[in-house]
Amino acid sequence: MSNWLEIGNIEDIPKLGARVVKTVEGDVAVFRTANDEIFALRDQCPHKKGPLSQGIVHGKRVTCPMHNWVIELADGQAVAPDEGCAGVYKIMLEEGRILLSLKKNITEMRELP
Amino acid sequence: MKEKLVLIGNGMAGVRTLEELLKIAPDKYDITVFGAEPFGNYNRILLSPVLSGEKTLDDIMLNDLQWYQDNNITLHAGKWVTDINRARRTVSAEDGTVETYDRLLLSTGSSPFIIPVPGNHFEGVISFRDIHDVNAMLEASKTHKRAVVIGGGLLGLEAANGLMLQGMDVTVVHLMDTLMERQLDKPAAALLKQALEGRGLNFLMEAQTEAILGKERVSGIRFKDGLEIPADLIVMAVGIRPNTALAEKTGLYCERGVVVNDTMQTYDPRIYAIGECVQHREITYGLVAPLFEMAKVCANHLAHLGYSRYEGSVISTKLKVTGIDLFSAGDFHGDETTEDVVVKDAARGIYKKLVLKDNRIHGAVLYGDTIDGSWYFQLMRDGTNVSDFRDQLLFGQGHLGDSGHSGKNAASAMTDDMEVCGCNGVCKGDVVNAITQKGLFTLDDVRTHTKASSSCGSCTGLVEQILMSTLGNDYSEAPAKKPLCKCTDYSHEEVRRVIREQHLISIPDVMAYMEWGNADGCHVCRPALNYYLISTWPGEVEDDYQSRFINERVHANIQKDGTYSVIPRMWGGLTNPSELRAIADVADKFAIPTVKVTGGQRIDLLGVKKEDLPGVWKDLNKAGMVSGHAYGKSLRTVKTCVGSEWCRFGTQASMGMGIQLEKITWGSWTPHKFKMAVSGCPRNCAEATIKDFGVVAVDSGWELHVGGNGGVKVRATDLLCKVKTEQEVTEYCAAFLQLYREEGHYLERTAPWIERVGLSYIKKQVVEDKNNRKALHERFLKSQQYAQQDPWAERVDKGVDKHEFTPLKEGG
Ligand code: SRM
Ligand SMILES: Cc1cc2nc3c(=O)[nH]c(=O)nc-3n(C[C@H](O)[C@H](O)[C@H](O)COP(=O)(O)OP(=O)(O)OC[C@H]3O[C@@H](n4cnc5c(N)ncnc54)[C@H](O)[C@@H]3O)c2cc1C
Ligand code: SF4
Ligand code: FES
Repeated sequence: MSNWLEIGNIEDIPKLGARVVKTVEGDVAVFRTANDEIFALRDQCPHKKGPLSQGIVHGKRVTCPMHNWVIELADGQAVAPDEGCAGVYKIMLEEGRILLSLKKNITEMRELP
Repeated sequence: MKEKLVLIGNGMAGVRTLEELLKIAPDKYDITVFGAEPFGNYNRILLSPVLSGEKTLDDIMLNDLQWYQDNNITLHAGKWVTDINRARRTVSAEDGTVETYDRLLLSTGSSPFIIPVPGNHFEGVISFRDIHDVNAMLEASKTHKRAVVIGGGLLGLEAANGLMLQGMDVTVVHLMDTLMERQLDKPAAALLKQALEGRGLNFLMEAQTEAILGKERVSGIRFKDGLEIPADLIVMAVGIRPNTALAEKTGLYCERGVVVNDTMQTYDPRIYAIGECVQHREITYGLVAPLFEMAKVCANHLAHLGYSRYEGSVISTKLKVTGIDLFSAGDFHGDETTEDVVVKDAARGIYKKLVLKDNRIHGAVLYGDTIDGSWYFQLMRDGTNVSDFRDQLLFGQGHLGDSGHSGKNAASAMTDDMEVCGCNGVCKGDVVNAITQKGLFTLDDVRTHTKASSSCGSCTGLVEQILMSTLGNDYSEAPAKKPLCKCTDYSHEEVRRVIREQHLISIPDVMAYMEWGNADGCHVCRPALNYYLISTWPGEVEDDYQSRFINERVHANIQKDGTYSVIPRMWGGLTNPSELRAIADVADKFAIPTVKVTGGQRIDLLGVKKEDLPGVWKDLNKAGMVSGHAYGKSLRTVKTCVGSEWCRFGTQASMGMGIQLEKITWGSWTPHKFKMAVSGCPRNCAEATIKDFGVVAVDSGWELHVGGNGGVKVRATDLLCKVKTEQEVTEYCAAFLQLYREEGHYLERTAPWIERVGLSYIKKQVVEDKNNRKALHERFLKSQQYAQQDPWAERVDKGVDKHEFTPLKEGG
């Protein structure tokens, strides 16, 4: 059973924006899209660890502020031709409240050469 | 049910169209492809390096069989189509395969012209068109010695060079007295011939073939003048003919090629045609760049989007012989109405000629030094008036103004391990490999795949040169008009015009009105749109915070470790003990690790934690300091020298002038950053002549300079004019700044802007037309009413964007 943690309300994150949750596992970036979908990634770009929470959000993607890699919010994968993955966390909305599970989901972090 | 699309001709143009189509309408058609060759789609251009042994066949595959599978495309490889039945809408191949179509795409390419002389069917007489030909040549080179290549054009010379590298004795036979007469003028052709002779090729010029000698296999060749030479291999490379046989057989209207309109449609509306087999507006093409432009348009119509048109192409060419640099484009012969500008330095093996008409480039031939080929080509396609820099034109783009770190090496002289891109550490070999192995064709492709030229851009010319020498032509997409980003086809100008004319005041409005491709755009267009909106409708448009780059969102510069740097304004570069004391206290209080004097005459506090930013600002505000906008596409610094206030040579009070300028202009958003400087005399200690707006005091008043840049490519300013009073300085400055704000493209500094629109234009708007200057000045002051609010104070006192500086939650 995953242990869900309530981290706030959807209104706390601006549309097309992100906020950071500071956890024992490091910073987690929580994103809100134009259609009020919520995603959570580890706040480290697979390129050179840029803080993804500081990027520009568009569609279901975020552009890293450091060197403009584009990362998919749903699975944390870098958009081709770049390669790499930021870890993804399970997250859900319950009547406007955001719940985060710190057990990392699906994808493992892959180190790049 | 899906419609059926059948493609005849599994070559470069046809498959490119499918790729473009799959990008925009992946599920529209069931696609079937017929190709006479028994392979996937390969890069025909690179047959030359395969012949010379620089590449293998595997290297040049663009779409392997897996690709067809992955995209659910049925490929009939190795099947020759013999009939099209337009009434029943079927296509049938030699082996009996029949497919029906709703739409048909013809892309049958062309075939080499075989000279009608006796003996042309002997074994050992071949052309140079496909993998089969290359294999035949490679085979022959293993067992035979003497080769004759008929035709001294691009293809002939590449074949000759390849055969020579395979160890054959090669003679090139040419009908004319000049090699590559369709691409080169006489002086350039002479240099080329000399260089090729130096490598060991033999030439026989003005020689007309009469017969090919031999029994079953070729043994020699005889010319009209009676001369006979022995040969074991003869390559005919005298030209190509569009493959129209199939189209003609089914009754489609053909002239030299299959005739198509601007949407690539033939006379049968269900049938489209593209590539070398077509004739568009009287012209047939034989290079891939125009074919790819056709492919894009054709895909657009196949996808039923229906808005794109092909209007013909201007092309440039390059010989793909390693170590030889030549470039040619447009009408390089000229006539009575044109003028030639020429440099020739035979000892260095350099020849450059530009043909100008009404101060616009009409054609170019470059030999030996082609780094500026892409630039001339761009100027030519854009129809740029070059009169403002005509005196510098032949020295190249790197020499406009002063030269900085711009690519100067000739690509051909570089070895594979030499660095091309200094920002991302990309070597020449990496670029070449990416182009050939990943099948790249454009600068954009190379940027995304290798990162070369994607950061500061100073190596762009070099990368284009490598592209050219690998692919044999300059393939830069979308000639004169550059779309703002990948979400739209509209250019910066078009977007600005629509925002103005339609009075659009929000990003969603613009995107809806202009039918943006992505719902909320991307990181490229959103900041640009936001700037265009706030600069067009000051006071009316609400700044879109989420469309700003992080630095402009939090009013500080993000650092590599995710901390921030803070630079308060120091008006005109001046400070005082109480400001310095406050800075020192802030540094102590927040344990700021680095305090540095910047290149812009102020102090930088580096390594501030994000959550400390409001606290740092609060203390700086208290001591009277405001944001220095070191992070913004906005007014940055105004550097000054001490001037007549202190200096024994000073002619005017430059510190005072600088402070005035900064007080008027601070806070304004601009297309890119904007920097100024004021020097008190022509010794110019404030380096005003490399600033966007530079002021140099002289005894009789002030010289105003514009368009300088000290960054990636150093450019000295142009002199705008001379004025007498301080009041005039501020008025001209504001007017110039406003013109740039209204007309510059987002992320275009004043230097490239001025090179794009011309200094004469700016003088006309700002200097000669007094009323216009006053109007610009006024519009600037008006917009400043809304802009001059210290963003730091807003965040400290009014709690703006509070969420930005605190985590959503801590612990967990
Ligand atoms: C801090 C400073 C270096 C220093 O320690 O001196 C600096 C730091 C940066 N410069 Fe600079 N530039 C600084 C003065 C300059 C100067 C000198 C000057 O202004 O007199 C130049 C050359 C003059 C010019 O711009 O024409 C300069 C030319 C650049 C360029 C190249 C611009 C160009 O048009 O070619 C870039 C890249 C860009 O803007 O795209 C750049 C970009 C940057 C960035 C913003 C890189 C980035 O995107 O992160 C650096 C931010 C570091 C930071 O976080 O603080 N910086 N930069 C200087 C700040 C001045 C200030 O007080 O605001
Ligand atoms: C050696 C060489 C070097 C070149 N170098 C350059 C260069 O440096 N730069 C440059 O821009 N261009 C270069 N080109 C030209 C470039 O390769 C062509 O312009 C381009 O390949 C044409 O594309 P296409 O699709 O029209 O024709 P193709 O690529 O020729 O494709 C047509 C295909 O249709 C098939 N076909 C024809 N009829 C039928 C039929 N009835 N049934 C089934 N299949 C059929 C053919 O077999 C062929 O595979 C070079 C060409 C050659 C041969
Ligand atoms: S401060 Fe400027 S020159 Fe120095 S590393 Fe950063 S961008 Fe390059
Ligand atoms: S750290 Fe994200 S793009 Fe480089």
